Amino acid sequence: MTSSNFTRRGLLKTGAASGTVLATPTIFTGAAWAEAHTGFTNAPQGDTVTLGFNVPQSGPYADEGADELRAFELAVEHLNGEGDGGMLNTFSSKTLEGNGINGKRVEYVTGDTQTKSDAARASARSMIEKDGAVMVSGGSSSGVAVAVQALCQEAGIIFMAGLTHSNDTTGKDRKANGFRHFFNSYMSGAALAPILAAQYGTDRKAYHLTADYNWGYTTEQAVRESTEAQGWETVNAVKTPLTQTDFSSYITPVLNSGADVLVLNHYGGNMVNSLTNAVQFGLREATANGKQFEIVVPLYSELMAQGAGENIAGILGSQNWDWKLENQLGERYIGTNAFVQSFGNKYGRPPSQAAHTCYVQTLLYADAVNRAGSFNPCAVVEALEGFEFDGLGNGPTLYRAEDHQCFKDVVVVRGKENPENEFDLVEIVEVTPTDQVTYAPDHPQFGGDDATLGECNPGA
Amino acid sequence: MDGLILQILNGLDKGSAYALIALGLTLIFGTLGVVNFGHGALFMIGAFCAVTLQRILNLGFVDEGATSSSVGGFSFGGAQETPYVEHWFGEAVGGTIIDWSVPLAILFAIPVMMLVGIAMERGLIKHFYKRPHADQILVTFGLAIVLQEVVKFYFGANPIPTPAPDAFTGSFDFGVLIGYDPFTIVYPYWRLVYFVFAMVIIAAVFGFLQFTTFGMVVRAGMADRETVGLLGIDIDKRFTIMFAIAACVAGLAGVMYTPINSPNYHMGMDFLVLSFVVVVVGGMGSLPGAVLAGFLLGILESFASMAEVIDIVPGINQIIIYLVAIVILLTRPRGLMGRKGVMEE
Repeated sequence: MTSSNFTRRGLLKTGAASGTVLATPTIFTGAAWAEAHTGFTNAPQGDTVTLGFNVPQSGPYADEGADELRAFELAVEHLNGEGDGGMLNTFSSKTLEGNGINGKRVEYVTGDTQTKSDAARASARSMIEKDGAVMVSGGSSSGVAVAVQALCQEAGIIFMAGLTHSNDTTGKDRKANGFRHFFNSYMSGAALAPILAAQYGTDRKAYHLTADYNWGYTTEQAVRESTEAQGWETVNAVKTPLTQTDFSSYITPVLNSGADVLVLNHYGGNMVNSLTNAVQFGLREATANGKQFEIVVPLYSELMAQGAGENIAGILGSQNWDWKLENQLGERYIGTNAFVQSFGNKYGRPPSQAAHTCYVQTLLYADAVNRAGSFNPCAVVEALEGFEFDGLGNGPTLYRAEDHQCFKDVVVVRGKENPENEFDLVEIVEVTPTDQVTYAPDHPQFGGDDATLGECNPGA
Repeated sequence: MDGLILQILNGLDKGSAYALIALGLTLIFGTLGVVNFGHGALFMIGAFCAVTLQRILNLGFVDEGATSSSVGGFSFGGAQETPYVEHWFGEAVGGTIIDWSVPLAILFAIPVMMLVGIAMERGLIKHFYKRPHADQILVTFGLAIVLQEVVKFYFGANPIPTPAPDAFTGSFDFGVLIGYDPFTIVYPYWRLVYFVFAMVIIAAVFGFLQFTTFGMVVRAGMADRETVGLLGIDIDKRFTIMFAIAACVAGLAGVMYTPINSPNYHMGMDFLVLSFVVVVVGGMGSLPGAVLAGFLLGILESFASMAEVIDIVPGINQIIIYLVAIVILLTRPRGLMGRKGVMEE
């Protein structure tokens, strides 16, 4: 779909030119390299390259942001050849050798998104303009991801999205300079629906409570469409204010609505509170239409499970990745243990899925630069588009060229009944294979025919 | 009909929290004349007293041979611990103590909140008595932000589950009592406990003010501080104690609220703005007004979030409280039970 300015022919020419330059006496090479590394925003000039990690360091997602930052630090450490190398050892692409990116030592700056679009844009802008970041990554919200992705597109910077699950990030708001490794609402719906049907039957009536913002809408739509395709009926869908803390007045009508499943399209504090309230009001014990009442949380996170405590037990949901994958499901998910071990040794805890996606995104960016032989964003875009890889914990994965979305297996999880410790909160129920969660790039949930990546922008 | 009963019940526990916070706000405003925007933070600190006690009671040691999760040779230090209380008092008694950590936290929170209240009043707020209300709002709001950041630093931003005792988990089928089908009207036990607790606290505060000499002096001071001072009574000291009591009321409201929603550092702010609306609707300086408005707005908020109501007036759930506040202030400028002369000089 995209017509990049940076063609393979161009790359070959640059490569040939570089080869010639390398063969010439050293006195000329500095100037020649500088020329090869200009023409795009924040072209690294010295022997270092700066990456910008934009995560929530304050506000309600600060804990998730802290975990993302741990992962970024670890990735930088591994890229620079420190530590045990983590997933560098299992990654199918072998360009990363611990000597930085493209031979340049990796440095990083951090910003605080506060989980607010304007604050996130301001901190990304500062990292790009003041600190010279050549790539921005991170984030814990789709609103922030979409806003920062658009900014990076304008600035001519690569954006490697962190935790963002809304369809729009690689749907109607997709951008040529932006890439998402994390899964999305559609994939959650597609992965969950068959398992919900298998566990709870095909004759179910669902009631949705949906957080009143972009991510809530796309998740509700995705889960509705995929469950309705399995025979479920949607009885009602009610939007709840993002600032709501007590959901009792939204939960109580569910009991008399004729529904026998409650779907909570909530994330973070909203989800912790709505689930806690639903359990308090006896929904787990209730029966409706002659069936046991069930609760579903489409998007799970370890931190939410911690916040919800014992209320999460038995609740089905989906995840992008889980730290127990390789141990429980074997070699397909190779890379998981290497990452968990190196993260665990450094921080004394297993990584969250947010940490995993941030670590992987950093490695994928670094590898793309190495393969392209340039930090030029358009070269990186070309290297990442259609890139197939393995060994980063999710099994074989494709970075689809048409929308810059990663396609891989989706993990369906359930809150554990009797957790052994604070890290052992969810159990893996099943893994839905990639082909079942794959969709057409012009799928209506992703902006249809109108959605386009646009042109890659190298900036200055 | 069952929907209406449910929403009234829902409004009662929400209203209980509003009423308790607004009661403390009004006590402080009535006695010290200070608009305390730090009051929500006191509610939050109360909740974290419960979290702290829960953590203290769960302090333990790792048993020999306990299992832990391990990946690739790395094991996470999350092996199951035996809490000291279970080791000291036996599993049954110790387990019960841990189970009852939220109600026990009341005993823990009272002295803590008293100290916090006194420190806040003596250390900061007393310097702002003669300053304009705008200054008081700024300094107390600033203090609230500082307090929540301190809590976030130590406890993190994630909500912390603080369950009610097992005896009070689950819900009881209210509908069956009045002839409805099972699971039509269910109400969690703990919310009922919260409502009863709020009523007891409200009654205790009113009783204290109404039937003790101390309370009488405070009420006299609220009406005419200068004259009471001229009678040779150290009204300042009593007002400091009233501030501590108000802090305690907010703190206890927070302690008991923790099983309803897992506490996080931001919970005080979530309640603060609504509680101010409650105070204004009830009438500045009126204690019964604060309580009445607390329950009224709690119930109205519940009604406004019914799907049937949202279908008729979209977005009503977001604005109902403010809409009611506007209507009441237009028709009764001093609020429901406001007295003449309060904040009007």
